Amino acid sequence: MNPVLTKRSGLWQQVIARPQGALALGLLGFLYLCALFAPLLAPYGPGDQDLQKPYHPPTGFTWTQDGLAVRLYENADPTQALYRPIPGKTATIHWFPAGHPYRLFGLLPCRRHLFGVEPPQKIYLLGSDSTGRDVFSRLLYGAQVSLSIGLIGISISLGVGLIAGGLAGYFGGWFDSLVMRTTELLMAIPGLYLLLALRGAFASQFGSGEVYLLIVVILSFLGWSGAARVIRGLTLSLRAQTFVEAAIVTGLSPWRILWRHLLPNLASYLLVAAALSIPGYILGEAALSFLGIGIQEPSASWGLMLAQAQEMKVFMCNFWWLLSPGAAVFVTVAAFNLLGDTLRDVIDPHFRTSDR
Amino acid sequence: MPDPNAPPLLQVSDLAIEFASPERTIRAVDGISFSLASGSTLAVVGESGSGKSVTALSLARLLPSPPARVRSGKIVFDGTDLLTLPEAALRHYRGGRIAYVFQEPSTSLNPVFSVAFQLSEAMALHRRDLTDRRAAGVAALSEVGIRDPERCWKSYPHELSGGMQQRVMIAMALVCRPQLLVADEPTTALDVTIQAQILNLLREIRSRFGMAILLITHNFGLVKGFADHVVVMFRGKIVEQGPTDSLLASPRHPYTQALIACVPRLGESKKRLTTIDYDKLDALLSPA
Repeated sequence: MNPVLTKRSGLWQQVIARPQGALALGLLGFLYLCALFAPLLAPYGPGDQDLQKPYHPPTGFTWTQDGLAVRLYENADPTQALYRPIPGKTATIHWFPAGHPYRLFGLLPCRRHLFGVEPPQKIYLLGSDSTGRDVFSRLLYGAQVSLSIGLIGISISLGVGLIAGGLAGYFGGWFDSLVMRTTELLMAIPGLYLLLALRGAFASQFGSGEVYLLIVVILSFLGWSGAARVIRGLTLSLRAQTFVEAAIVTGLSPWRILWRHLLPNLASYLLVAAALSIPGYILGEAALSFLGIGIQEPSASWGLMLAQAQEMKVFMCNFWWLLSPGAAVFVTVAAFNLLGDTLRDVIDPHFRTSDR
Repeated sequence: MPDPNAPPLLQVSDLAIEFASPERTIRAVDGISFSLASGSTLAVVGESGSGKSVTALSLARLLPSPPARVRSGKIVFDGTDLLTLPEAALRHYRGGRIAYVFQEPSTSLNPVFSVAFQLSEAMALHRRDLTDRRAAGVAALSEVGIRDPERCWKSYPHELSGGMQQRVMIAMALVCRPQLLVADEPTTALDVTIQAQILNLLREIRSRFGMAILLITHNFGLVKGFADHVVVMFRGKIVEQGPTDSLLASPRHPYTQALIACVPRLGESKKRLTTIDYDKLDALLSPA
């Protein structure tokens, strides 16, 4: 089997020792920290509009005697959203100014933000959208949804897959047939149709928190079958190993054998599978939100933000900053795939894809 | 020597086991009976497919069912019929009173756990009285002749050689002080010098702890000097059984004779090794 997992602490050290592993972990760490501290890092709330400043471009920086400042813009042609910097007019950036109140981690009441400018001036690091909302702030709040949905989704689907596949593989018989036929049924239906049908089956008047849960459940419902099939196969092959027989003759109960002897042997697979399937959930959420049946306004998610970027006006006027959620999705998915590949390299040298 | 009038520790009578598949049913064990007194050793000898391993596994009801099915018979261990015992009660026997050592030591140990974990687990189940599991475990490891038991206690299976792994398996069996040790081809996967060491070890612990040993083997060479009694199995049936010395000296059944003739001897200058001619054997066995 794999001796690597027997030294658990060594696993992450080995991942970090590889450049691609360190890069992936670094990126993911950065992204998740951003999501965690989104209210602190974001100068504005996800729904804060400024109808005077739709499609504002990213603000330019300049130095003044007061320190770092942003240029101020005027809307030369409101129909075209043609912004021009006003020469000589700037707004100094304040560090940790008081802004709208929020609760950090949902607990600590707080008013401070990392940076900001004196209202009514605005700082738009990544421009603004059609109603003058700060894209940078929305990107951070959207990360909370988009990044957590992958983790929660994979926990549910791997959990269900582990229980269903593990029991099917260990006990066999009618339960095995039932689980396997169910997964085949699920896999035979094209994913996107099932997704749309499931979403359509539930009323659309849910609050944003309920919609979030609903999406997670729908995505996990689609995702567990693949995991269950692989886990069943692995359990079957482990079941045939003598150490399972040895555990039975030691007098262990089937549950203890499954939990304490088979599960740790599956851990390496589960870890790699999790890292490689999380992007599917992130993309799934993005696709649902893009189609308008995922996260609803005024909440933010990367897919929802991308949906807004498909307006004709955005294309015509080349508001490139509205595509920044796409870049965020790309970086996240690439980082998870890189992490998954590196983990697999470390855990299972037979499938090594790189020289190291 | 154990008291000859005492009831046997293990009494198998008229045991028949079948493997059912949709096409046909195969009778792997066909009405065998034997007994084993405490403190003595019985060797079950036979070729592949003769039913010896099925017999061994059936003692603790380890055969997967379906497809395996006990057709008839009784397995009485220390006055209890194991075949009618509920699963939960049977678990008390497994490991605690009947321990197993398997053929392949490298897969018998769970690769992701240390020796310490696996030995402690066995003790947690059957030796609640042991307060210091570490001390007991290390003692068991040194009892099975491991030179550096402290280090072995902390090792993972892949860090040990095949012989060491088999010793750990025996230590795991021993630490629960079972009354019966079932050794299913315990030396087949090991090289010859280690085979001798493992057999010596089994012999030594039998005399020290007074446990009975059921040795399953295809090798008559192991039987001599190790087992008190021999059972020869062929195609699911017992063709001959008796005390080792007399059976080896004057085998009566043609299959036993053929099997003994197959064991090569050192210093023998033969161009070809002896094999069993099954056509001749069938002709001899079929009632003319």
